[in-house]
Amino acid sequence: MGYGTPQQSIPASAGKAPLSKRAELFKQIKKHRYHYLFVLPMLVFFAAFTLWPMIASWYYSFFNWDGIGWPTDFIGLGNFREVASDPGFWNAFMNTFLFALTHVLIQMPLALIVAVILNNQFLSGRNVYRLLLFVPVISTTAVIGVIFSILLNPLGGAINEMLLGTGLINEPINFLGSTALALPTLLAVSVWKSFGTPMIYWLAGLQTIPGELFEAAKIDGASKVQSFFRITVPMLAPIGLVITLLTFINNLDPFDLVRTMTEGGPVKATDVVQTYIFRYAFEPESGSSRYGFASAAGILFSLAVLVVVIIQALTGKYARRSGTKGA
Amino acid sequence: MYRLNRFLRQLPAQILLLVFTLIWSYPFIWIISSSFKSQSEMFLGGINIIPKEPTLDNFVRAWDLANFYQYFFNSVIVTASVVLLVLVLTSMAGYALGRGSMPGKKLIMTMLVMSMFLPKGFTILPLFELIVGLGFNNTLMGVILAESGPSKIVSILLFVGYFASLPKEMEESATIDGAGYFRMFFSIMLPLSKPILGTVTIFSFIGAWNAFFVPLTFTLSKPSLRTLGVGMYNFFGTNSVDWTGLAAGAVMSVVPIIIVFLFLQRYFIEGLAGSIKG
Repeated sequence: MGYGTPQQSIPASAGKAPLSKRAELFKQIKKHRYHYLFVLPMLVFFAAFTLWPMIASWYYSFFNWDGIGWPTDFIGLGNFREVASDPGFWNAFMNTFLFALTHVLIQMPLALIVAVILNNQFLSGRNVYRLLLFVPVISTTAVIGVIFSILLNPLGGAINEMLLGTGLINEPINFLGSTALALPTLLAVSVWKSFGTPMIYWLAGLQTIPGELFEAAKIDGASKVQSFFRITVPMLAPIGLVITLLTFINNLDPFDLVRTMTEGGPVKATDVVQTYIFRYAFEPESGSSRYGFASAAGILFSLAVLVVVIIQALTGKYARRSGTKGA
Repeated sequence: MYRLNRFLRQLPAQILLLVFTLIWSYPFIWIISSSFKSQSEMFLGGINIIPKEPTLDNFVRAWDLANFYQYFFNSVIVTASVVLLVLVLTSMAGYALGRGSMPGKKLIMTMLVMSMFLPKGFTILPLFELIVGLGFNNTLMGVILAESGPSKIVSILLFVGYFASLPKEMEESATIDGAGYFRMFFSIMLPLSKPILGTVTIFSFIGAWNAFFVPLTFTLSKPSLRTLGVGMYNFFGTNSVDWTGLAAGAVMSVVPIIIVFLFLQRYFIEGLAGSIKG
């Protein structure tokens, strides 16, 4: 502000102007004292439970530390190097991303079809259907995990009994005990569990399409399938990008399900980053906790997530810009 | 006649939806039916939905012997406290940040939004250290703080947005009538924000009731503090063949949340739908 003013005027104004500015600031602060009082509790919680854990997690990651006492054995990037060269971490890493990706590629399109059917205002019982499809979302994941472990049990579990009964299979399938089937099974349960969320997203998106468009298309002789691909899909594209991002982020933490159904097994086939970290922090196979290593693994993972989110956000921005240009 | 016609036209869609929803709901049908079956009926197998001799034994066994009474009350205490704490913290902060322009407001808002995107690492460890440091380890208070402390940013932003959208005249006329800051907030502004109160309540209720990771970590050495999710997991670990008892336990944890959801579902659906438009 004052960069262009002649030298000699600085001492005079430097002594005075900030003072009145400060006085003004004090006045403002005093005027808003109750505002500060109201934000204070939240700020204390934010500092203690969000800010500090974030900073501390980064700090811990530079130490070889078992969680006892204060970290003293500084090893620089040693933990990061060890995490990055551990095939077990990358196995868990890929599995976690596979969880998110499966929801985007399978759950989202399926939810869109159901949402389009349910969007018909005249459909009887649409609220009941919507509610029933939504119930798994609000149920406790850990409880669902236990129940599915029972249902999938090879010795008398209901799903195996039914498959045997219909003659589709001759021998019970050990869904959770096989290294080949455990992960697809968990993915299927997870898609079932959170299906209602993208369904609600799509329903909200469908509500933004003016009904006249469909009426006009109908008059022009378009079939339902045609108007789905020519009207619904393009109209939903911008919101679809947001839904993709949300679905991706929402499904990056399958800890509860994995922990209750397979604990990451068999032979780490269903290990995800959260169970990997939990093991190193609280149930170490080596006998002593490795807090620094666990923190480094967490940071590496969240950096990767950040990169994916930025790419997705940029794609969305780019798509929107080129979209308006075309119009 | 018209209704019948409409129904007939909808028939294919109705059949499709009905089959789909029934398969979808099967795990819940199983839970409810199994919780009333006797253990011997379960062992003899069969996938009958209607129990031959309905019994309440499973509920008694889960409630008393498997300590579900304890888990249930722990869940109730944790959930009620978390909801209350989150409501107080976020509504007050949202009001202060949404009305007027106090110095530092921008800084606070930027910090809140940034923290949603910055890589967090594995924050349960420092959180654990903090709770231990405060002397709350192995108490329900520890679970409550760890569950309600972090990441309530979306709720704060919802309140900020709502309070900022209210007309300025409201405060002016209330001030003329002699209302102070606290009166203004508690008897005028807060009741006005009912939709946001509803949304934040149902989201934090579901989050706290269904929490697993935090209560698991904070009750590793104190079984009597387990919540329903953790209790169910441990019940399965120690008694994995008591399927009917587990089903009864599942009913106890799932039914309350469904009831609460039925009352507040409007706010929940609107909150979810709002997140894709915002």
